[in-house]
Amino acid sequence: MPRLVSHPDEVKIVSSRFGKGAANIDRYLELGGYEAVRKCLAQGPEWIIEEMKASGLRGRGGAGFSTGMKWSFVPKQSAKPKYILVNGDESEPGTCKDHLIFLHDPHSIIEGAIIAGLAVGAKMGFIYLRGEYRYLIEIMERAVADAYERGFLGKNIFGSGNEFQVITQTGAGAYEVGEESALMESLEGKRGVPRIRPPFPAVVGLYGGPTVINNAETMANVPHIIRMGAAAYAAVGTPRNGGTRLFGISGHVERPGVYELPMGYNLKKMIYEVGGGVRGGRKLKAVVPGGSSTPVLLPEEIENLGMDFDQVGKAGSMLGSGGVVVIDDRTCMVEFALRTISFYQHESCGWCIPCREGTDWLKKSLTRFHAGFGTASDIDNIQYLAENMLGRTFCPLGDAAAMPTLGFVKKFRQEFEDHLNGKPCPYAREGVPQLTVV
Amino acid sequence: MADVTFIVDGKKLTAPAGTLLIDACRKAGIEIPAFCYYPGLSLQAACRMCLVRQEKVPKLQTACTTTVAEGQIFYTSTPEIEQARKAMIELLLGNHPLDCPVCDAGGECELQDMTFKYGAGESRMVDVKRHRDEQQWSPAVFYDRPRCILCYRCIRMCGEGMDVWALGIHNRGANSVIVPNDGHQLDCEQCGMCIDVCPVGALTSGTYRYKTRPWEMSHVSTVCTHCGDGCKVTLGVRSTAEGAEIVRADNRDKSGINGDFLCAKGRFSFDFVASADRLTEPLVRNAQGKLEPATWEHAIRVAARKLKEIRDARGGSAIGVIGSNRTTNEENYLLQKFARTVLTTNNIDHARSTDYAAFARALAGTEGKTASLRDIAAASAILLVGGNPTEEHPLLAWLLRTNVRLNRAKLYVANSQPIKLDRQAKATQRLPVGSYKDLAAFLVQGESDFSKALAAEESLVVIFGEEFRGDAAENLVAWGLKRGPNPDSVRFAYLGDYANSRGAADMGLFPDLLPGYVPVTAPGAFAEYANLPATPGKSMPQMLEAAAKGELGALLVVGADTVSRSSLDSAALKNTFVVVQDLFLTETAAVADVVLPAASLYEKSGTVTNTYGDIQMVRKAADRAGVKPDFEILVRLAGAMGVDVATLVPFSKRGTTGDLGQSRGAQAGEADRHAVWLEANGLEPKLSPFDPLAVFDEIARLVPGYTVDRINLFAGNDVHTEPRATPGFVPVGAIQSPSLVVPAHDTLFTSGTLGCYSTTLRQLEEHQSKELAKAAAD
Amino acid sequence: MSANSETLPVFSSALATRFDALVEKYPVKRSALVPMLLYAQDEVGYLSDAVIAEVARRIGITELEVRNVATYYSMLRFKPAGKFNIQVCTNIACMLRGGYEIYERFQQELGIGPKGVTPDGLFSLEEVECIGACCWAPAIQVNYDFHDELDPDLVPGILDQYRNPIQNKGKNA
Repeated sequence: MPRLVSHPDEVKIVSSRFGKGAANIDRYLELGGYEAVRKCLAQGPEWIIEEMKASGLRGRGGAGFSTGMKWSFVPKQSAKPKYILVNGDESEPGTCKDHLIFLHDPHSIIEGAIIAGLAVGAKMGFIYLRGEYRYLIEIMERAVADAYERGFLGKNIFGSGNEFQVITQTGAGAYEVGEESALMESLEGKRGVPRIRPPFPAVVGLYGGPTVINNAETMANVPHIIRMGAAAYAAVGTPRNGGTRLFGISGHVERPGVYELPMGYNLKKMIYEVGGGVRGGRKLKAVVPGGSSTPVLLPEEIENLGMDFDQVGKAGSMLGSGGVVVIDDRTCMVEFALRTISFYQHESCGWCIPCREGTDWLKKSLTRFHAGFGTASDIDNIQYLAENMLGRTFCPLGDAAAMPTLGFVKKFRQEFEDHLNGKPCPYAREGVPQLTVV
Repeated sequence: MADVTFIVDGKKLTAPAGTLLIDACRKAGIEIPAFCYYPGLSLQAACRMCLVRQEKVPKLQTACTTTVAEGQIFYTSTPEIEQARKAMIELLLGNHPLDCPVCDAGGECELQDMTFKYGAGESRMVDVKRHRDEQQWSPAVFYDRPRCILCYRCIRMCGEGMDVWALGIHNRGANSVIVPNDGHQLDCEQCGMCIDVCPVGALTSGTYRYKTRPWEMSHVSTVCTHCGDGCKVTLGVRSTAEGAEIVRADNRDKSGINGDFLCAKGRFSFDFVASADRLTEPLVRNAQGKLEPATWEHAIRVAARKLKEIRDARGGSAIGVIGSNRTTNEENYLLQKFARTVLTTNNIDHARSTDYAAFARALAGTEGKTASLRDIAAASAILLVGGNPTEEHPLLAWLLRTNVRLNRAKLYVANSQPIKLDRQAKATQRLPVGSYKDLAAFLVQGESDFSKALAAEESLVVIFGEEFRGDAAENLVAWGLKRGPNPDSVRFAYLGDYANSRGAADMGLFPDLLPGYVPVTAPGAFAEYANLPATPGKSMPQMLEAAAKGELGALLVVGADTVSRSSLDSAALKNTFVVVQDLFLTETAAVADVVLPAASLYEKSGTVTNTYGDIQMVRKAADRAGVKPDFEILVRLAGAMGVDVATLVPFSKRGTTGDLGQSRGAQAGEADRHAVWLEANGLEPKLSPFDPLAVFDEIARLVPGYTVDRINLFAGNDVHTEPRATPGFVPVGAIQSPSLVVPAHDTLFTSGTLGCYSTTLRQLEEHQSKELAKAAAD
Repeated sequence: MSANSETLPVFSSALATRFDALVEKYPVKRSALVPMLLYAQDEVGYLSDAVIAEVARRIGITELEVRNVATYYSMLRFKPAGKFNIQVCTNIACMLRGGYEIYERFQQELGIGPKGVTPDGLFSLEEVECIGACCWAPAIQVNYDFHDELDPDLVPGILDQYRNPIQNKGKNA
């Protein structure tokens, strides 16, 4: 069972019910559950969307797009049914926050989805969880069944005359399905290959109908925003970055875990105070701030870095999914780069040339390089490949592979050079297996 | 859509709003490279070769998915774009085996061409490339994964274009691989379209692979010899000691009504030409009753002397002539002229696969009521009655599917059994077996939703075939003609089997009808024909009956296997002097007294008319020492009978400037340009009595409906003809004896006699019957 | 396919009933495809030809289409795995905290290599990508059970737990 952690700096909104048995519907109701949706039924769709806009809530999946705006793009009239999709295909390395929401507070996601449905006029929602989360799917299915039983879901929710159905769906192992249009393909029983856009999901989405798709954490925030009020929620974060964020601190820290901190929380503090500092008192070498696709940051770059979309962007990386991976001074960055690119090579859907061939080539080069068979030109070549994938792929997966690679090569060029001319990995340690060809 | 103006590389362009940028650019002469984009197929945006910069848009955009709108500004050849293209090629080549020297596609490979034009001069790849062994999916299709660039053209062509869906994709990322539907075997229509659209050498053809280099071939554009649809086909030809062999068939210039389409027969079944069973020298029956090789001079002399003898002694009515569904219009015309004016007989017929005479009679007095294939391709609504075009008229099926898919045409299918095209149909009407003849009455009643939907269509193309003969054909046409005053309210297409079945009928291979469906009894018909007998002759069964009774002195059979087709006891011909012109020693040839080895349609020039009435040029591609075109054989026979051949073939007698080739200059070999040049200079290509085009003049002059646009025809385009039968022309035996029509019902993998001598076609048939058996066992 | 369905049912009657309901659940039948494949694998052990054929029949698509989709998803397999399939995450967060040491220890304890199956068919072992347990790294999954905050020395105990399920009942998920 994943260990729950806490820290005094935490502002518990989305995690406020963690560890309180809220997967049980009665417990959820005791803790203020399904109050937000009742309020929404009274206030109407326009109000909901305005509240969402005012809250400053931005997508927690990684792209950080305003949730209120997203909802407002859905056409009022539509010949085809509209749908709400909850993206729980949490697969970005370094990220395990939705895991806890599904485990501890599944009803908040259902409630968020109902509110989204009311806002845009959708009568059906899907909650898509990655296939590995089987035990969480079972929890989610239980919660959905309970909600149906209470009349919170169905043809006449809360006796309001509104209809909202929810179906829980499992994936079967594909990072790419976390991309919103690929998720729709998967949900339609197809290969998880993204779609050409435009049209965008808000206009033509699942089964060709207008579709709102939000990350699970985003959706779980929705009832809280409604309950506490958009202004109060926005006040928690920094300008244009409303509320809190579930930050997953992992890697070489003393107290890894998922912490809910206000947007804009200082990264250095996050590592040294919330996470308890680098494990074993070692020195910090680098930190990946928002999941494996975000470019690595050096210790000197995090001194005054507030963790919100805009500040991390200015620092040359991205807030991404909030997965902070801490790397100590004994780590080989070439190996780290290789493991990162191996993942993207494994997960590339293969649709477009630059991603399919680029990740494959990078993996081959880095494998050879790390094994000590690299040449000086390889370093430039790795950079060249990543630069030429960037911005040219069919979907963001190509960028997700290229961006961190560029970060590693540019910021740790010396470590790459240290691997040259048949030298063994300078960071190899006795008894620690080395990543070789996968 | 209204036109919009936008700017590409500083040039102001105009196109209808919503046009794809890639199309708009290509039209304006701005090349945008692409692998996955293929006109007519769904969009992929996968190859990323067509990336362009659009002003005010942060990321590069794919030109294949960007639609143009007013005021947009694009850049397609900046250093940024050039680098993007270069890198894309480098990435592709990273895993591509550079086996171009032995790759079939080498020399005509899109990846090669793009590397040359946009690629990098050096390779950065030093790591090991992925390898997978080559697979053979069918006798026709091989797949080499390492060469595959995953453009998905094959998958889309097979699914969207062919509606077969036999190709899929397995795995993901760099492990992705194209797969056939039956494990490692392909269970499909074997059309080879996947090979055709493959931009590289990943999909290769069983008949072509490792045979030659593209630049070693000459490419001759002609017409397929198999079914009645008349696809244009480009034959890749290479010199051999025997003459010239065909090594490949495709429609590489995508010209003609079929565009890039060819079926299995058109693409793979040209090997009958090179069959070891081909007759390559004349045979004459010797005193011992055995056929023995003879010189052409001897064989012609023997045949001519005997034919003349019988004609002079017993009259023309003692001689019969049977023509072919695969010989050219000029040959058929000449054959009937030879029969009627030299042999002085109307005993002429051919193996009728459908009742064109009834169709002509039904349309008598109308104009513009027949549908060309182009009409069908653009029709807004089509009624398809009977038949199964997917098997018997693959091009028609392709055009119907494409028209439905891309233009939302409405297809109505009335059939007594389910057919594959039902899938494209807006509505289907199941008819009881054997009830086609009642269809017109059913439609006239107009009570069903089906007939109401038809009635509501403003214009309609009605396609039907041999199920409608005689009166039934006439009734259906009469129903259609009543549809309304709109000149486009109805058009008809009538389906028949072979490459020139329609031409054989149009050219008067009937005992009672002259060319153009003119009754032989019509007063003053073909007055310039000397010795034209005015009474109808014998039909094919009547001739054979007469032969059995010993009343037929001689029988000339051109390109038909009458014995096998009529299940005739070969002894029935023992008292008849039989001359056969054919490619093979057929059952009929085996009992002949003189056998003259004929050229196939791929070894001669002329014109053919497809079943829709589209006339197209046939050009000589292959060459086989020892054989002669039927046209030449007939002229030689006539000459040997003492006829002034100029009365048969109006070749240069009056001092017309014959072009001896000097004027062709650098364009030597390009017959179409040559023809255009001659026409423009008031010259006719009347070089010799063996030049089939010398007789085309006379056809155009005498045969109703054949006064056509010759420049277009000679330039390689299809021109439409329609039967211009005289209203009220009296149908004779032919039409009242529907039993004379024996449809071939060839499938995708059979093609009459030719099919029997095509090893590839037999292999494909065997492969598909195995697949069928497997599916049945599942 | 009929040969199989006539002789032996591909799925248990419980699963068949579940699938009957599943295809009715969605606005479009085909949406049941991915779950169906995964649940079928859970029961049968892998996606055999018979499973593919039966799923194709139930959804109403070709076997080729089923395979196009099935081969895309990394959790789906086409060969039998062990009764307990051990999936060791070695992605960055786990790697930093010893994921490869865990992976190596499993190999030693089981005497099998990557993608190997023990001779008794009880265990199989594979390296997998991130399983969403980064903050509790290193983590593994045995079938669907998570085991987190591991140490190589915990490996024998985990294996025992599956070898002797009765005495360890109720532990860990």
